[in-house]
Amino acid sequence: MSDAEKVLVRVRVNGEPREALVEPRTLLVELLREHFNLTGTHIGCDTTYCGACTVLLNGRTIKSCTVFAPMAEGGEIITVEGLSKNGELHPVQQAFAECHGLQCGFCTPGLLLSTVHLLSKTPKPSEKEIRKGIAGNTCRCTGYQNILKAVRAAAAEMEKC
Amino acid sequence: MYAHPFSYHRAGSLLEASKLLEQLGEEARPIAGGQSLIPLMKMRMARPSALVDINFIPGLNEIRRSDGQLRLGALARHADIEASDAASSIPIVHDCAAGIADVQVRNQGTIGGSLAEADPGGDWGAVLLALDTSVRCSRPSGERTIALDDFFKDAYTTVLGHDELISEVIVKQPVKNSGGAYLAFKRSAPVYATASAAVQLTLGDNDTCKDVRIVLGCVGLTAIRAKEAEKTLRGKQLEEKRIANAVEAVRAAAEPHDDMRGSADYKRVLIAALVKRAIGMAVRRARGEQVEVGHEYVGR
Repeated sequence: MSDAEKVLVRVRVNGEPREALVEPRTLLVELLREHFNLTGTHIGCDTTYCGACTVLLNGRTIKSCTVFAPMAEGGEIITVEGLSKNGELHPVQQAFAECHGLQCGFCTPGLLLSTVHLLSKTPKPSEKEIRKGIAGNTCRCTGYQNILKAVRAAAAEMEKC
Repeated sequence: MYAHPFSYHRAGSLLEASKLLEQLGEEARPIAGGQSLIPLMKMRMARPSALVDINFIPGLNEIRRSDGQLRLGALARHADIEASDAASSIPIVHDCAAGIADVQVRNQGTIGGSLAEADPGGDWGAVLLALDTSVRCSRPSGERTIALDDFFKDAYTTVLGHDELISEVIVKQPVKNSGGAYLAFKRSAPVYATASAAVQLTLGDNDTCKDVRIVLGCVGLTAIRAKEAEKTLRGKQLEEKRIANAVEAVRAAAEPHDDMRGSADYKRVLIAALVKRAIGMAVRRARGEQVEVGHEYVGR
């Protein structure tokens, strides 16, 4: 494909302006991983099921394997790399570490972003709201119990702040 | 997975989008949230030569009530509808929006895109056919409003012209003493339902069923109005025997296929059970009871 048919995509990723000239069929997750070298966002199923590729786009979680990069033009993107601040883990990351909310860690970036989004909208989620909030993220290791614990712990910790 | 290559065009208005579709030819397609289209493109089941992105058109995501109608802009995301007070005035609209796939898909997918894509597994078709719904569409040659009953032609096929786009979905507010229920049964949150049932009914005196609509989802090429089943109940007292007859008519009306979600026989049993439960819940809601209804899956 010639450069003329490529599309310039300009976004802010974790607060930094970034741009790339890409084929329109480039998926947002590929823009992040291949063009911006942000490999924390994972490609799991690549079929809109597993949620490993979840990122925040303009404050909302989306599956970045199911958005073409040009559709994110002008958008504000937060990936797992943008969660920690000044070397300190985000309270959600801290809670997942302390509660053993992960084993292999492949699904974790997506689950962290889904949890951040859930708690931004619902600071005190009920059990049902937690389950619904992370229903779009599949974990094949943990059996989810420690993930649920981690989300509860993160909610409690963030309430203190 | 890579989709087949396509050229990308961003539209600033509906008119511009229509004109682009016309210029780019039959193989061009509009894209809204893309939550149905992009997976199909990645699997190469859809290979448009060009995409016209309508996501950047301003003012197309408004949700409001006016003159006894709920009006939903074509770009209203499922999550916007889920969170909307205006939309919750019609409970099955809220319930549908709140249970489609998962949070991420609801944040991105749109009501207009869902209807235009006409996926047999989609949720909106069944729910909105149970209500008095019309679809406002525009193209360079003019506007028209299509009753949803006349909108779907086949799986993935609607009456929309190549350059025609949905601008708004208009739902008439149900009359007093009405209630509805939408039950979608799925294996897990992100998947399409195995079967779904939408029931909207109005009660008259002494528990008679003044009016009713029963729509079956995922058990045919499009959502199916079970008109024989409706006839069994309309104007009649809602007795157990009569409901059983309606449910029998539902089994006959369903046209399920065997697939990875279940056999046709299984789906017939499932759809009958869902309709039976949905009727019970719709009646309770019509009486003013608070009943929680929605998509059902393991671990919910």
